[in-house]
Amino acid sequence: MAKYLLLKHYRGAPTPDNDVPMDQWTPQEISAHVQYMQDFADRLQGTGEFVDSQALSPEGTFVRYDGEGRPPVTDGPFAETKDLIAGWMVIDVDTHERALELAGELSAAPGAGGRPVHEWLEVRPFLTQPPTITE
Amino acid sequence: MDEALPRALTPTVIGVLVRRGADFATAEDAVQDALLEAVRTWPHDPPRDPQGWLVTVAWRRFLDATRADTSRRQREIRVESEPAPGPGQTVDDTLQLYFLCAHPSLTPTSAVALTLRALGGLTTRQIAHAYLVPEATMAQRISRAKRTLSGVRFHQPGDAATVLRVLYLVFNEGYSGDVDLASEAIRLTRQLAAGIDHEEVAGLLALMLLHHARRPARTGPDGGIIPLAEQDRGLWDTRMITEGVDVLQRALTRDRLGQFQAQAAIAALHADAPTAEETDWTQIVEWYDELVRLTDNPVARLNRAVAVGEADGPRVGLAALAELDPSLPRHTAAAAYLHERDGDPVTAARLYAEAARSAPNLAERDHLTRQAARLNTRLRG
Repeated sequence: MAKYLLLKHYRGAPTPDNDVPMDQWTPQEISAHVQYMQDFADRLQGTGEFVDSQALSPEGTFVRYDGEGRPPVTDGPFAETKDLIAGWMVIDVDTHERALELAGELSAAPGAGGRPVHEWLEVRPFLTQPPTITE
Repeated sequence: MDEALPRALTPTVIGVLVRRGADFATAEDAVQDALLEAVRTWPHDPPRDPQGWLVTVAWRRFLDATRADTSRRQREIRVESEPAPGPGQTVDDTLQLYFLCAHPSLTPTSAVALTLRALGGLTTRQIAHAYLVPEATMAQRISRAKRTLSGVRFHQPGDAATVLRVLYLVFNEGYSGDVDLASEAIRLTRQLAAGIDHEEVAGLLALMLLHHARRPARTGPDGGIIPLAEQDRGLWDTRMITEGVDVLQRALTRDRLGQFQAQAAIAALHADAPTAEETDWTQIVEWYDELVRLTDNPVARLNRAVAVGEADGPRVGLAALAELDPSLPRHTAAAAYLHERDGDPVTAARLYAEAARSAPNLAERDHLTRQAARLNTRLRG
């Protein structure tokens, strides 16, 4: 088994085909979308492939150390050009192909007009523990 | 087996051990061990005297732990003697435990965890689940909390206000996973109210009951938020509402108003309205005035502005809102609501969408996005 992070971006990913802000959908379209995401997570729990799913607030702050005895420096939020993560799902699957397949299904969640959003999701493999047997 | 029984006995048994000379931290661990043992053996071998059983097993665990701990200094306890606790001290011990677990030297997160374990009898795993942290993290939080308390005497007077803050935190966490924290908070507050005659303890209990009574109506089948005005009031638990109102009325007769009584009074007025339209907003505004006077809390001021909008019209509400810091949580959402009431769906839709972006949780974000979508759909159509 290998873990993969399916990353959803507020900004920074290529523009999806069905790119309409959610507040311009109908309430029914929003319900259908939320339901699809819920069903997807439920199904992965059923198959034993679900690990975790979280959403992030769009507001964030960059922080760095500024030397002994000084408070840390903060910066941001940054301009529209910056990559911004919206949330993620962690899955634990047998193959890379399976991870891509599931990301594809997640991206098919219905959006405006009931058509799939075709949202670009980023699939990132976890770096794993080294195997015990190496030769 | 009734799982609630050993849990309910937890604080009493800890009290007995402490009274026999055990230190709080070790006693608490020993009782937790005994609880796990009870969950394992009681279903097929129920004891005739559950409390006696727990005391015996916990005391044995305590002795084992103390003996095993040879590197520590010899404890000054008469190891094999088992003095019976004096009668009438059980309630007292439990009260002391509330004060100890909410001790001002603890951080709120530690106080919450310790309260759920020592008073609620929940296992570390259950508490970890409820707060979505790894079990090892929660175990560490609890043992650090107990270390912090090591210099604190068990029997010393405490402050009811700190205990109430902790119980309020637990209640507000709601429920996730297999532990219903809201029900647990009600159980613990009820137990506290039975042992201490304090109008704000009663106020908090009433507040919890009145909010909990609405829980079945608060979320839709898809998990979405249903606002108060749109809730099916037939789903409200009327027995719980009656109890909450009774508890509140008894507290109010003492004429020592506090923030929890004021909040409960507002909840009671909502519960009392057969329909949203029949809500007595004028009286609700008066209670918000009291609440602001008591707490000077900006969130209370924000809620007051919304209530003013209902009582005196959305323009007056918006004027009240304009006097508050716009960076307050839910300020934009309140403005959106009042603009819609004022017949300005364009501004309302824009503000709902803006509020969704800064929503503190997913359920609220979805709800606010839906509000924007509802208005935008209507505007297009």
